[in-house]
Amino acid sequence: MNKKKIEENIFKILMAFSTLTVIIILALIIGTIIWKGLPSLSLSMVTQVPKGGYYLGKEGGILNAIIGSLYLASGATLLAMLISLPIVIFLNMYTRKNSRIATFTRFSLDILWGVPSIVYGAFGFTLMIFIGLKASLLAGIMIVALLELPIMSRAMDEVIRMVPEELKEASYSLGATKLETALKVVVRQCLPGILTAILIAFGRGIGDAASVIFTAGFTDRIPTSLLQPAATLPLMIFFQLGTPFPEVQNRAYAASTILVILILIISLLSRILIKRYSRHKL
Amino acid sequence: MKERLNIRLKKNSAAKKITLLLAVVASLIVFLMLFGLFVRARPILAVKSFSELFFSTSWHPLRGEFGFLPFIMGTLWVTGASLILSVPFSLLTAIYLSEYAPRFIRDAAKPLIDLLAGIPSVVYGVWGVLIIVPFVSQYLAPLFGTFSSGYCILSGGIVLAIMIFPVITHVSIEVFSSIPYEIREAALALGATKWQTVKKVVLKKGRPGIMAAVVLGLSRAFGETMAVLMVVGNVAVVPKSAFEAGYPLPALIANNYGEMMSVPLYDSALMLAALVLLLVVLIFNIVARFILVKLERKSE
Repeated sequence: MNKKKIEENIFKILMAFSTLTVIIILALIIGTIIWKGLPSLSLSMVTQVPKGGYYLGKEGGILNAIIGSLYLASGATLLAMLISLPIVIFLNMYTRKNSRIATFTRFSLDILWGVPSIVYGAFGFTLMIFIGLKASLLAGIMIVALLELPIMSRAMDEVIRMVPEELKEASYSLGATKLETALKVVVRQCLPGILTAILIAFGRGIGDAASVIFTAGFTDRIPTSLLQPAATLPLMIFFQLGTPFPEVQNRAYAASTILVILILIISLLSRILIKRYSRHKL
Repeated sequence: MKERLNIRLKKNSAAKKITLLLAVVASLIVFLMLFGLFVRARPILAVKSFSELFFSTSWHPLRGEFGFLPFIMGTLWVTGASLILSVPFSLLTAIYLSEYAPRFIRDAAKPLIDLLAGIPSVVYGVWGVLIIVPFVSQYLAPLFGTFSSGYCILSGGIVLAIMIFPVITHVSIEVFSSIPYEIREAALALGATKWQTVKKVVLKKGRPGIMAAVVLGLSRAFGETMAVLMVVGNVAVVPKSAFEAGYPLPALIANNYGEMMSVPLYDSALMLAALVLLLVVLIFNIVARFILVKLERKSE
């Protein structure tokens, strides 16, 4: 065999090896978390809030964090959707494809995507001081919505961009305005893709910890108003793992299992939606 | 009838204005962030000199000493370690998936890479504590003839490497797929082997894009907080080896949110840290995105 062939074969092996390694690592991560967490997962963990001495290993559960995270991520996702959808409609309906403002907006959103979540948290902190808001569900929702905004709007943009011009023109020729075309034709056509974007953003929102440290606070109670602080699953995991007690650390693994299962469900759902979407494709 | 048409047209033009407004506001968020953090960071910038803040290793908030050097070095160490570990794997995987892999492997691997990107960073942290930390302290450190608690730069680098892998791979695959197929065919027609084509054509043509992918991964690593915080040890000294503990900037911000309001200038110092992070990440991102936008234009 000549040298060229040997080199090619070495690299082929390396390439297959690295792809395989990464997939094994993924399996290892999910496997480890579920294997460590499942034994500690109990009904009381998901139905009770922490009782006195919970962080010392006494009774209780993490219902406060589960509910807090669901409130927070749902609120943030809803808010992000109310901002993203109009932006995406603007980008694809009210301006030309490569107009300066469209390019600038997409560029800014891409940049915003790269901003670390701890910076969102710190920015949230400055914002809260400015408007006089304490660490609360509301503050958390606002900042996580901001964090989700670039993810959601760029994902929506990618699908809506693919809508063929002819479809829009057919709608205009029937006398529909751009707004009507956007809502009744384009959005409907892209619905699975839009839902996928929303799901991805929700997954990002529910898993983020660094941005909520400053903004949502932490509490053992389930929040009953937007102005109360809220516990979140990632922070609950972090605090429990930080205690020196093995029982409490085990609950951190169980909480991680819940989070991982949530993420897996979200990822599976979005896969199904994408498949659906490609069936609708024109 | 005419009335109704009027209403529809009015709705349409109102929608145009509102959506335009939201797009403009969203574009300005980055500037708002810079401004907000700058305002809160100003008190410390007013009383401390630049060199005192960024070149001093003395971090004693209670004594009013805010030297960021240990944290800056911690960040550089962890980011560097993650890049060294991640870039070869990411590029090899990206080349494999875009040039060599059969279709079914490609279709199976992409969602898995997306899944890797979707795992919350706190879960990476938990996994790091469970697997990587013991692995480093029990196997890797003895292998290199040193001692390590496992909570060190290397552990942070390994966890980060896995986290930035999807970013680099994803962007690289997109870069490779934007290279027209005809160029590859031309090389193959000249008698080049597949690997020569990849090496001399695909990698050469894709070089700016690969750079952009790496820079995007780098900036993700730079700002990653929770996962690193959980495995890196958090000791405020300048690390001398990868087996020592470090304390990156994002971890500093996240760890001290509780105390920062009770010590003078502490909150200002942390906001300055956030401002520095934001500035660095912005520069990286702007450069990378510029390259990618240019490439996209070219391929259209």
